[in-house]
Amino acid sequence: MRHRLSPLRIVFGEHRATTRIAVMSTVLTIVCLIWIYPFVWMISTSLKSNSEMFANPGIVPQSWAWENYGRAWTEANMGKYFFNTLIVTVGSVVLVTTCTSMLGYVLGRYRFPGRNVLFFAFVATVFIPQGFTIIPVFELLSWLGLSSSLFGLTIATSGHAMVIFVVLFAGYFSQLPRELEEAARVDGVSFLRIFWYVMLPLARPMVVTVVIMQVLHAWNDFLLPLVVTLANPAIRTLSVGIYAFKGEQFIDWTGMAAAATISILPIVLLFILLQRYFINGLAGAVKG
Amino acid sequence: MFETLHRYRYHYLMLLPGLILGGMFVFYPIVAACYYAMHDWSGFNSDKVFVGMGNFVKLFSDPIFWDAFKRSLVFLLGTVPLQMSVSLVLAVLLNNQLLKMSTWFRTMIFLPVVTPVAVIGIIWTFLLSPFNGPINGLLLDLGIISRPVDFLGSSATVMPSVIGVYVWKWLGITLIYWLAALQTVPDEVYDSAKLDRCRGARLIWYIVLPIILPFALAILLISAVGALNVFPLIMSMTNGGPFFASEVMEIFIYRTAFATGDGSIPRLGYAAAAGVFFGVVVLSLTILQAIATRRARASAKQVRS
Repeated sequence: MRHRLSPLRIVFGEHRATTRIAVMSTVLTIVCLIWIYPFVWMISTSLKSNSEMFANPGIVPQSWAWENYGRAWTEANMGKYFFNTLIVTVGSVVLVTTCTSMLGYVLGRYRFPGRNVLFFAFVATVFIPQGFTIIPVFELLSWLGLSSSLFGLTIATSGHAMVIFVVLFAGYFSQLPRELEEAARVDGVSFLRIFWYVMLPLARPMVVTVVIMQVLHAWNDFLLPLVVTLANPAIRTLSVGIYAFKGEQFIDWTGMAAAATISILPIVLLFILLQRYFINGLAGAVKG
Repeated sequence: MFETLHRYRYHYLMLLPGLILGGMFVFYPIVAACYYAMHDWSGFNSDKVFVGMGNFVKLFSDPIFWDAFKRSLVFLLGTVPLQMSVSLVLAVLLNNQLLKMSTWFRTMIFLPVVTPVAVIGIIWTFLLSPFNGPINGLLLDLGIISRPVDFLGSSATVMPSVIGVYVWKWLGITLIYWLAALQTVPDEVYDSAKLDRCRGARLIWYIVLPIILPFALAILLISAVGALNVFPLIMSMTNGGPFFASEVMEIFIYRTAFATGDGSIPRLGYAAAAGVFFGVVVLSLTILQAIATRRARASAKQVRS
């Protein structure tokens, strides 16, 4: 068994690590190019005219129909929806990070009456699916008069995702050393200041995790914004907007490809620029 | 009583904002959903009539509900093993330090994860379209099929297609989780395995996997729960069609509660009952997993000591 002959080994010999790496790189390159083909196709289609799209299946467009983007921007309201999504994303990230870091800090580091009940309540609801709570959430928003406002959408988006972050923060804070905190307390620093100036900076990796996960969640969320914007199309997010555009303009493939390109561009750029944080942040979710 | 409250006043103060938010959008909805589930309720402005367990009785004898439930399970069993195994293989390959372009590959595989689901649904509707869709075009040119396949329009192909797109969309995130897990394996493990001439699939299966088993269970749970929340993808690709062939639980709930386009009255209580049942199933899955993780951690500790 030790000298089992695989085809690769016959061709390249046993210790040609570099050759093996080269073969692996080539195979992976091909796999990855196929993997991102849908994006290439989308961008290419967004630059073809509607008649060219059916005639020319190639990647390189001949007509360079930039007017598709103009049409998508005005007719599909992408500009407005983009702005809405941005507000909901930024708002919910700020809200979620503030609330869950404080909750996680107190629940993770202190024992006080009611702590165990609260912590159990959060852990038990981590994986409640959105379909379970969507009806009462919508009713609550209607009752508060927020059922068709961006503010209502923002707080509901924050509320739904927060549970897992509380658990992650609690886990992270509970393993930080006690000494720093105690030294600060001896110096007479108040409880809230210790949290803000000492403990929160120490938890920066987990803050990054939560911010990244919430950005992904808010940008991807669909059921909640769909339900909330049923009555008020003006506050649609990008996801709902492009879904509605598909329903209205089913034949306009190139316009839709342009709208799709517009809607993924910001988040893809953000990802490529902050890639290290994305990867480390998400990895923190399983490590913690 | 008052003394305790006073002593921990700052603790409670810091809990307050999060508790308000969680109370409004996590805890209250859970209680309320259970309450609605016991009522016959046809719209947000109409009266609720108490029916006790009536909705559940009706639900359990509703074939459309069971079909949706089964489809959610099929989806779960179709995606999770595929997603976990493929991403593990990729993670093992990309974890190789000699592979210089590793970061590039990771970026490309991760790209669908950061793309909004609705956009993915639309791109793939085009790609899979039987009318001049590029995938049909390719298959026709290669002579694999003789006439275009309506991937999303026929009940035989719709679930496999949606499963495929789902795995493509989320594989990147599982890959990151696996890579994080693999990085916790100390180099000495690989060195000593090499001395024992243990490599390749056997090294991974017999040595690396047992070490990262607790991670694997966490990844399994995250993937499983993700696979039950597929509303956006299916909604944007098929709306649950054709003829309910891709209607999973969440689409069933949405359609029963909100979609009144076909002239039927919304049945919010009934939808809430379906939601409660679904929630209980997910919760049981979570508890099972928690027990499994605890056991795995305990045995991993035994191995180490």
